[in-house]
Amino acid sequence: MGFAYDFDWGVLWRQPYGIWLLQGLWLTIKIGFVAWIVAFFLGIFIGTLRVTPWRWLRFISTAYTEIFRNIPFLVQLFFWYYAGPMIFGESLGRQINQIVGLNFYVAILALGLYTASRVAEHMRAGFASISRDQYQAVLSTGMTQYKMYRHVIVPYALRIIIPPLTTEFLTIFKNSSVAMTIGVAELTFMSYRIDAETFHGLEATSGAMLIYLILGLTVVRVMGVIETRFKIPGMIGRE
Amino acid sequence: MFDAVARNITFLLGGFAVTLELTFFALTGGIALGALVGLGRISTNKWIYQPVTLYVNFIRNMPLILVIFWFYFVMPIIAGRPLNPFLSAVISFIIFEATYFGEIFRAGYQSISKDLTSAAYSTGMTYSQTARYILIPVAFRRMLPSLITQSIVTFQDTSLAFVIGLQEFVRRTSIVDNLEVRSIQLFGFVAIIFFIFCFIGSKISRHFEEKGRKLGMI
Repeated sequence: MGFAYDFDWGVLWRQPYGIWLLQGLWLTIKIGFVAWIVAFFLGIFIGTLRVTPWRWLRFISTAYTEIFRNIPFLVQLFFWYYAGPMIFGESLGRQINQIVGLNFYVAILALGLYTASRVAEHMRAGFASISRDQYQAVLSTGMTQYKMYRHVIVPYALRIIIPPLTTEFLTIFKNSSVAMTIGVAELTFMSYRIDAETFHGLEATSGAMLIYLILGLTVVRVMGVIETRFKIPGMIGRE
Repeated sequence: MFDAVARNITFLLGGFAVTLELTFFALTGGIALGALVGLGRISTNKWIYQPVTLYVNFIRNMPLILVIFWFYFVMPIIAGRPLNPFLSAVISFIIFEATYFGEIFRAGYQSISKDLTSAAYSTGMTYSQTARYILIPVAFRRMLPSLITQSIVTFQDTSLAFVIGLQEFVRRTSIVDNLEVRSIQLFGFVAIIFFIFCFIGSKISRHFEEKGRKLGMI
C-alpha cells in the first residue's frame, strides 16, 4: 500500500504546537464573546423593530434578517473583508487595509452582524408568544410605548428566549472557525497550521475537536445556570 | 458595473455547478442517513440509542470546517490512497448534515400520536397500510418546512468546502478576484445568487408551514 500512517499524538503537547492550540482557543473565545455582544444588542434592537407600529421600521428589520440569513456566512465574511474597505473609496480603503489585525476586527463585525439576524428572529418569536392582553395591561398603567418596550416587553421576551439564545451562543463559537479563511489564527486555523508544519493534521484536528467539545460543554453548563436563574416562574423550562 | 463578472461568467457558473452538485449529494446522503439517525434516536434499544445519541451530540458541537478538515485528513488513511477533495467533502457533509436532519426526523416521528395509529388500525388497516397511508404522509407533512430550511442551510454550508481547495462557487470567485481585484462586484454577485436561491427556498418552506397550520397538522 505504501500509505501506512504513523500516529504522533505528541504534536498536541510538543512545543510550540501545544501552545498554538491554546493560543487558537483564546482567540476563538475572544472572537466569540465580542461578536456575541454585538449580536446580542443589535439583534434585540432589530428584533424589536419588527413589532413596532411603524411600517418602515418593520421593513428595515425584515430586510435585515432576510439578507443576513440567506447568504452563506463565508460569503458575508469575504465581502466585508475584501470589498468592505473599497466601499469607502480608493484612498480611505487603502488606509483601512493597513490597519493591523484588520482580519480580526472584520471577523468580529461579520460574525456579530450575521448572528444578530438570528437573535432578531428569536426575539420576534419571543414577542409573538406574549399575549396582546399584556401589552394593553401595560399601556393601561399609563406607560408610554417606549417605556413599555424598555421595561416590560423586551425584558419579558428576552427571558422567554434564553434557551434558543443558548444555542446561538454555542453556534457563535463554532462559526468563528470560518474566520480562519481570512487568516485569523483561531483554533481551527492553528490545527491546520500544525498540519502544514508536521503533516499530522489528523492528530491536530482531533485535538481541536476535543477542545471544542470541552468549550461547548462548558458553555452549556454556564448557560444552564443562567437559564435557571432567569426563567419565568410557571413557564415550562427546556426538556 | 458587473464587467469582471461578465468576463469570467463561464468559470464562475462552472463553480456554481460544482456547488449544486455538492448540495445534491450532501442532501441525498444527509437526508437518507438522517432518517436512520432519527430512528436510532427514538430506539428503545440502548445499544442503538446511546451510540447514535453520542454521534449526534458530538458532531453538533463541532464547527463544520473542522469536520471537513478531519475527514480530509482521515479519508486517505482509511482508503489507503489520496482522495479527491470532492469525495472527501461529500462524505463530511453527509456525516455532518445527517445529525441535523436526524433531529428533524426524530421530532417528526415523535409527533405522531398513538391515537392516530389506533384510529387507523380500527378502520381495519394493516401495519404497512397504516405506515404507507397515515404515518409517513403525516410525519412528512409536518417535517417538510424544517427539511426545506435545513436543505437551504446545507446549500449555504457547501461554500465551506472552500477550505480544502474544492473549486466551488466561492473558491472560483476568490480566484477571479485575485486576478481582477473587483471584490465588490464579484462577492456581491455570489451574495446575490445565493440570496435568490435561499430566499425562494425560505418562502417555499414558509408556504408549507402555513398550509400545514391551516390544515391543523402542525
